[in-house]
Amino acid sequence: MLKAKNRLGLVFFPAFDWAISPTHPEREERLLYTLDQVSEEGVEDIEGIKFFNPVLAKEEDIKRVHFCVPDVDSVVTKSHVISAGGAIAAARALFEGKVDKAFAVVRPPGHHAHRVVYGDRGFCIINIEAIMLEHIRQSFGPKKVAIVDTDCHHGDGTQDIYWNDRNTLFISLHQDGRTLYPGSGFPDEMGGPGAYGYTVNVPLPPQTGEEGFLYVIENLVMPIIKEYKPDLVVNSAGQDNHYTDPITNMNFTAQGYAKLTELLDPDIAVLEGGYSIEGALPYVNLGIILALAGLDYSHVKEPDYDPDKMRQPGWISDYIKRLCNDIYGRWLRKEEIARKMFDGKDFVRRNKRIYYDTIGIMENQEETIKVCRSCSGYTMIKSKCDLGYFILAIVIPPGACPRCVEEARKIYEVADPGDYTGIYLQDRVNDEFKVKK
Amino acid sequence: MIIGLDVGGTHIDAVLLSNGKVLRTAKVPYSSGSIVEGICSAIDELTEDVDPGKINRVNLSTTICTNAVLEGKTSPVGMILESGPGLDASFLACGEENVFLDGYIDHRGQEVKPFNENIVRDASVHFKEKGILSVGIATKFSVRNPVHELKAKELLGGDFCPVTMGHALSGKLNFPRRVYTTYLNAAVYERFRFFASAIDKAFEERGIRAPVNVLKADGGTMNLKKAVSFPVYTVLSGPSASVMGCWVLSDNHEDAVILDIGGTTTDISFFAGGIPLLEPRGIKIGAYPTLVRAIYSHSVAIGGDSAVRFEGDKLVIGPRREGPPKALGGPMPTPTDAMILLELLNLGKKEKAYIAMKELGEVMGISPEETAHLILDRMGDLIKERVYELLKDLNSRPVYTIRELLYGEKITPKRAVIIGGPAKALSLMLERKLKIPCVVPENFEVANAIGAALSRITAEINLIADTAQGYLTVPELGIREKIGRDFNLEKARKQAMELIKERASALGSLSEDAEAEIVEESCFNMVRGFYTVGRNIRVKAQIKPGVSSFEMD
Ligand SMILES: [Zn+2]
Ligand SMILES: [Zn+2]
Repeated sequence: MLKAKNRLGLVFFPAFDWAISPTHPEREERLLYTLDQVSEEGVEDIEGIKFFNPVLAKEEDIKRVHFCVPDVDSVVTKSHVISAGGAIAAARALFEGKVDKAFAVVRPPGHHAHRVVYGDRGFCIINIEAIMLEHIRQSFGPKKVAIVDTDCHHGDGTQDIYWNDRNTLFISLHQDGRTLYPGSGFPDEMGGPGAYGYTVNVPLPPQTGEEGFLYVIENLVMPIIKEYKPDLVVNSAGQDNHYTDPITNMNFTAQGYAKLTELLDPDIAVLEGGYSIEGALPYVNLGIILALAGLDYSHVKEPDYDPDKMRQPGWISDYIKRLCNDIYGRWLRKEEIARKMFDGKDFVRRNKRIYYDTIGIMENQEETIKVCRSCSGYTMIKSKCDLGYFILAIVIPPGACPRCVEEARKIYEVADPGDYTGIYLQDRVNDEFKVKK
Repeated sequence: MIIGLDVGGTHIDAVLLSNGKVLRTAKVPYSSGSIVEGICSAIDELTEDVDPGKINRVNLSTTICTNAVLEGKTSPVGMILESGPGLDASFLACGEENVFLDGYIDHRGQEVKPFNENIVRDASVHFKEKGILSVGIATKFSVRNPVHELKAKELLGGDFCPVTMGHALSGKLNFPRRVYTTYLNAAVYERFRFFASAIDKAFEERGIRAPVNVLKADGGTMNLKKAVSFPVYTVLSGPSASVMGCWVLSDNHEDAVILDIGGTTTDISFFAGGIPLLEPRGIKIGAYPTLVRAIYSHSVAIGGDSAVRFEGDKLVIGPRREGPPKALGGPMPTPTDAMILLELLNLGKKEKAYIAMKELGEVMGISPEETAHLILDRMGDLIKERVYELLKDLNSRPVYTIRELLYGEKITPKRAVIIGGPAKALSLMLERKLKIPCVVPENFEVANAIGAALSRITAEINLIADTAQGYLTVPELGIREKIGRDFNLEKARKQAMELIKERASALGSLSEDAEAEIVEESCFNMVRGFYTVGRNIRVKAQIKPGVSSFEMD
């Protein structure tokens, strides 16, 4: 039998008994054919590939990342707890030394879930990569991490959570926000005052194919990662860039995804979106599995694969080249730009409107970040939504300086419950989570 | 009267049962070249003054196929394989000659690309030139649609025997295992056919006209004549005879662990809810993982004759056997010597056992009795550790639904059933270690032969219906037929319950008390765009595993 070059841990959990609704893309059938393909290929017999069941993400795991409004139990479903727990199980297998690489093929996805959560948006409620990562940092100590999101949609939730964290480099490749949900993810979205430049957005034009994606990985993503020197590389491995995906407009392929995986060489991959359940997912997932395991993936091809048809037009190649140059320039000049933008300021404020497409509500947010010389600073969020909630949420990040901790805790203490429907504190220095109403 | 025979590694155990009681037993040594002779002399011993007309049934397990594979005494096989996209299939080449087709069937059983028929025609000529008679055909996703395997067989022409097709052996997904299973079936066919006709002839000479059944690795039986098409099912059926024997003898209805303690190994199996647990994917034979349904049996390299020594201050038992126990004239101290010294076993020369323990313990400054206790204690620990390790593994098998993940049942043995030579001597010690009651059933010495005698037919089918395509497939029966859009789970269940009987009769005759049951079922709405276009229905049915009744005194 075959032997994997890298020991690979697979959490394969198709949740065959859960759907958002019977005809929703997030339905029981989503990973059915993928499991068929993986089973038929005999992946479970390959020496060095081990399967793990998900664990259940605990309430603290979720609270370490999110402010669920009004509370965790009211907004988070069992399926999301298991999906996040699947990512945790994969990462734990890696950190406990059982495997060299891990892949969580789980559903539903999570990368559209922001720090504040009122419900489901973009099929996500809680951010499964962030929950996994913070669980790992809590259990195994601080880690410098690069998250590379290769889903076709902008990973706006992950961006929001790591906006001001320079220990988490977030890079998102996605279809240009002017042509696709959620409409964000432009190169000038680069992070908060404590982590400016550590959010990197690469909006790609519709019809981008193998050539374009691999160009971005080789010429932009890998150089940045090399300079950043992370302890861990996580891939949010959405598969909706595929040419057969029903809700997007890209021309990526199973071969392309496998090559991307080989180049990026992530420690952990987590499935995000991907809704071409017959034509793409069985082949793309197989390609990623083989690439992670260090096995030959050159025969993994869709039945109707035709590289000539998938070739991207020349103007797209040129556009992507210029785009990568521009973004890499921003990366190199990040400190300089940050000084210009933030020097002399005590606080940096921005307003956001966040649309929950699945449940049809709008959230208005005012986010205020403390600019601190000794740490990345705490964050205050005032958030209001159509459901009638108006909350104040305070984030004390890991590694916050004593003064910031004291100041932020004081804001929590003195805030008047009469002014809000709820006041929330996430104190990562003391691993403490409080609410007052 | 019923005869049960279990062909083990060196001996044949046999019983004659009458009215559900053991009338006579026999133990006959044999060598791998003389299995038929061995079986005959065991039968002769049992039936010395018995009217052969009164024998209703002979059930036997055989090592003929296992040995053929392990000793490399198989026929050359020409393999015809079709893999389509996926893993590079070259590692699957396992026959004397391997030919790869260029077609492809996808995961839904849709023909994406037909294969070039000339490849098969050329292969047919080539195989004949090479003097190859046995052919195996395995294509990817043939269990979703067997059309390429069937077509290839047709194109080969009628000059080959056997032509084994993958879909007919198992309905499970796993292309590499399908390839190996197909290969092995074709490779052992000739040997098994020879064995079957020799048995047939020998029994006829003795006037035994009763049906003869062979044991399968899953603890079920199939008719000897019909088994000729499926010889691969008989490989590694040894442990299944013992497990079925424990089922008969222990009257167990809950989770339990079964320990068969032999000379150099202890085989570990489990009952889940009183029913023997099966391997999740299929049994592994030599280097070949297969789809052959088999009773779960894993061993730990420790037994009564394992050599015992100290390495530093650590007592090491096994994994090798250096000969018989010292009490029986062997070269090294063994657990059996410890049992003899402690008077748990009445065997050989106790003085020699004493000397063995004395010499071993002297280095460590402990008495012979203490040494003997230490050995048995260590033996118990090793068995316990392995049992727990296997349980942990079994209880963390992948599940695919939220219901199973949250509420799935775990196997937690409530008792242990122990057989094998030292079973009685070790039961108290094991009870202390495992902290569950340990039972040594009556007649445990011939549990394997009793198990063989009372095993019944087993069979499994996998039905898959895709109403969007309008097809129903049952690979084990080679069925692929049109269905209407109104086909649903209820209809699928009903059809599976009928078809499983058809499958069973392809393997043997169904006893009256055999029951069919649905063991797995699922029904997925297939949605394309935002419309439901059909249902993907999957039903697995089996003949409920069972044993014929046995009375104990
Ligand atoms: Zn997406
Ligand atoms: Zn500070």
